[in-house]
Order: sequence, then C-alpha cells, then structure tokens
Amino acid sequence: MNLIEAGKLAYEYIIRDEEDNVTEILRALDGVDLQVGQGDFVAILGHNGSGKSTLARHLNALLTAEEGTLWIDGKDAMDAGNAWDIRKSTGMVFQNPDNQIVAGVVEEDVAFGPENLGIPPIEILKRVAKSLHAVGMSEYRRHSPNRLSGGQKQRVAIAGVMAMEPKCIVLDEPTAMLDPSGRKEVLDAAERLNREKGVTVILITHYMEEAVRAGRVFVMDQGKVVMQGTPREVFSQVEELRGYRLDVPPMARLAHELRKEGLRLPEGILTRQELVEALCRLS
Amino acid sequence: MATLLYLLSLFLFRNAAGVAAATLWLFFLVRLSKVPFRYMVRGLRAIVMILALTAAFHLFLTPGETLVVIGKLTVTKEGAQNAFFLSIRLIYLILGSSVLTLTTTPNQLADGMEKALRPLQKLHVPVHEISMMMSIALRFIPILIEEMDKIRKAQLARGADFESGNLWKRVKAMVPLLIPLFVSAFRRANDLALAMEARCYRGGAGRTKMRPLRYRKADHAAYLVTAAYFAAAILLR
Repeated sequence: MNLIEAGKLAYEYIIRDEEDNVTEILRALDGVDLQVGQGDFVAILGHNGSGKSTLARHLNALLTAEEGTLWIDGKDAMDAGNAWDIRKSTGMVFQNPDNQIVAGVVEEDVAFGPENLGIPPIEILKRVAKSLHAVGMSEYRRHSPNRLSGGQKQRVAIAGVMAMEPKCIVLDEPTAMLDPSGRKEVLDAAERLNREKGVTVILITHYMEEAVRAGRVFVMDQGKVVMQGTPREVFSQVEELRGYRLDVPPMARLAHELRKEGLRLPEGILTRQELVEALCRLS
Repeated sequence: MATLLYLLSLFLFRNAAGVAAATLWLFFLVRLSKVPFRYMVRGLRAIVMILALTAAFHLFLTPGETLVVIGKLTVTKEGAQNAFFLSIRLIYLILGSSVLTLTTTPNQLADGMEKALRPLQKLHVPVHEISMMMSIALRFIPILIEEMDKIRKAQLARGADFESGNLWKRVKAMVPLLIPLFVSAFRRANDLALAMEARCYRGGAGRTKMRPLRYRKADHAAYLVTAAYFAAAILLR
C-alpha cells in the first residue's frame, strides 16, 4: 500500500455572512485522486486558489474531507480520531517562517515537536542534534531565530518537523516569502532529506523551477488534479499548462518556442544544459 | 524569583548598610553567573542619560538643609543623599535584571515559572498555558516591533503625520498604526496555532522536556540564601 492514497477527495469552504446565511460554497477540492509512495519526491503545482494548500492540510489532518477516501500511512484520515497519529506520520512546513517557530532559541524550537510527543529527554537531545545537522544548522543551535535569514528560519522549521521523525513532510509553499538564495537553501535541504534519509517529500509550490527537482508532478486547477507525470512529461505540454495559468520553466519554454519556429529540438528539455546540448547537436 | 526579590530589596534600603549588603549580593551573583563584568556594564550605557537626569533633579530640587549654592541652584543634604541612592538603585536594578536575562533563555524562564506556580494548578489555574503564553509573547515582541516599524513607514509614505499636533492629535494618528498591527497579530496567532497543532501540540498533559528543570541541592540552597538575603535587607533598612 502506498504511503498516501487519496480517492475522490472533496472539501468545501462554506462562506457565511453575518447572519450565518450561506452566501457561497467554494469547492476547494473536487474529486482529488492522489497516490504517493514511500520515499517519493512529489511536487504539487497550481496557481492561487487551485486547492493545493487545502490538499496539504488534509495530508496533515488539519482539515478532514467531506467526501472520498484518504489513507495516510495505513490510517484512515477521514476519521478525525486518527488526527494525532497522522500528524506523527506527516509533518508540515508552512509558508511564513516567523509564524511557525514557537520558541526563542533554535534548539528549543526543534525540540517542541518531540516534547509534544512525550519523548524522553535524552532521546530528544539526540533527535535535535541529528535534525539540525541534517539541514546544516548545527552551528546556530543556541541562536535566536529572530536573527536568522528567511532561508535559515525555514530550515529550522524543517528540522523541527524532522525531529518528530515523520515518514513524510509536506512543504506548503515554503519558499514563497524567501529570496532566491534562501529558496535554494530550503529546496536543497528538502532534497537531501529525501535522498539521504528516504523521507517522502511533498512540495507544494507555484514556482515551476522548483517542481523540476521532483520525481513526479501533479498539477491542480479548480480543486482537481488535471495533469500528472514526470516533470519532463508535464512541462513539455506548454500550451496546456498555460491554460491552467501556469508558466513552464524558462528553458522548456524557450525550447518550445524554438520548436514552433521550426528547429528540430527533442521534447522534454528542462534545463539550460540540456538545451545547449540539443542545440549543439543540431548544427 | 531571586531577581524579583533582589529588585524589591533595592527599594528597601535607606542607608549605607543596605547599600553595602546589596553591593555584596550583586557582586556574589555576578561571580556566580560567570557573565563577564564588561558585558554587563555595556547594558548600563542605555540608561546613562536617564541616570544623569534623575540624579540632577534630585540633587537640585529636593528641599532641605543647604549644602552648596551654585548660582540659582541649591544642593541640599537630602538631595545629595536621594540622588546617590537613586543612582545606585537604578544601576543595580539594571545589573540585577541583566544577570537574569543574560543567563536564562526565555523558555527556561517560562519553565521555571511553570514550576514555581505548579501549586496553583490545584486551584484550576492553567499554569502550563500561562507559561506557554509568556514564552510565545517573548518570542513575538521583536517580530511585532519590526512590523510596527514597517507599518509606520508605509503610513508615512502615504502622507501620515505622527509628529505634529497636540497630544490628542498624535494619539489619533496612532490608530492607523495600531489597527493593521492588531490585524496582523491575529493572523500570526492563527498561523502559529495551526503550526503548533501540526506539530502535535495539545496542551501540557503528556509533554516531556528536552532539558527538564530538576532542582538539585544547589537550587534549593539558592532559594534559602535568597530568602536570607531578603530578610537581611528588611532588617538593615
């Protein structure tokens, strides 16, 4: 069985006015099917309001779907009683680095999760050291998070989730508030965890360049999964992506435009390196 | 705790014996904390102005037996005494509290508070929640200050005027500053609650600590010594 199995998942936001009358029903998730295996690196793409963050919150049992099935690590997420168990299996990193760090010292924040799980102190110390090392933040363990850069704060947040030793971490637009170098730091850390520790990573983002790193990409639009496949498969369909108000990575787009102009370039070019090699082969 | 008692004791002494006791005690604490003295003195720089001002006021404006007359200003015996004690008090106040803040992280402080207030739990006082709120509040102070500064600049850029007018006008000018700040604080609180829940936080029950606060003999002894000092301060008054 896969780590995450979702079938026909649906969730509605009900917007009420002051008198509690329903004014609008937003179907944020509309029949989502999703399978993620242990150790995968998956990206979920979508523009604002496509339902990707809502989906993320289901994976962490912060929201419970109204219809469909959702199994996480063998536990039924439709049953609200399993919420705490599910949160142990899937950790979550949020968008705003400041609003998810609880403690005033880096190591105390990383310890917050394991402390909540009731893990003995010696084990907590070990886990804190290990997870800070895994994201390359060991030397900052006694610093105040207020003095760290955005990328560093997000890495601390990842360490805080890792210290709970989940099987899967969900990163909900972790780089949206960061500068390019901070973005790279965070993605490198997530990729390393996936490669070296075998942790399943689900990256939710609207940056196409970030999704290129994933093994598999899901594209969401209006609460549905509309495309899925390897980054190469998905990003070669430039026109379709544009229909979902998404932009393909710059090099894939350049290759696409060149192909339209009559150059015989192969499909599925994603990086600058690949484009250069393909162009050299032409002449 | 000890710090609080120490600060209280500062306001008790009125004579030289009290000053001597407070000095000794502070010296003892500083040595014990192993914080470099230079580091602590640096904290004093911030209050030099206030110190000079209050000392000057007390020196010149306290009525009583005249000591020296400089032009129109009269220095009285009581004034000199007051100025001296007040400066000492202020300096020791800062030094004493910096011993606490330089040796203890906010979380340790909250832990200590939680422990000290534990007996109140029997009266259904939510001790754990209070100390959690304390440590979160401490963590968000600098963030909110930064945010306040940002909002201020944003409003200034839109032509807001915070500096002119009478007091009432200035207070009213603060409204467009405070409302966005509150809104954003609530939003942050919401996010943080979600993040804490995602990390399995569900109140104090069943939680462990990375570095549990265990009182050893030395800590109990410290309580005793502090109590003794406080008693002495009252007696020497």
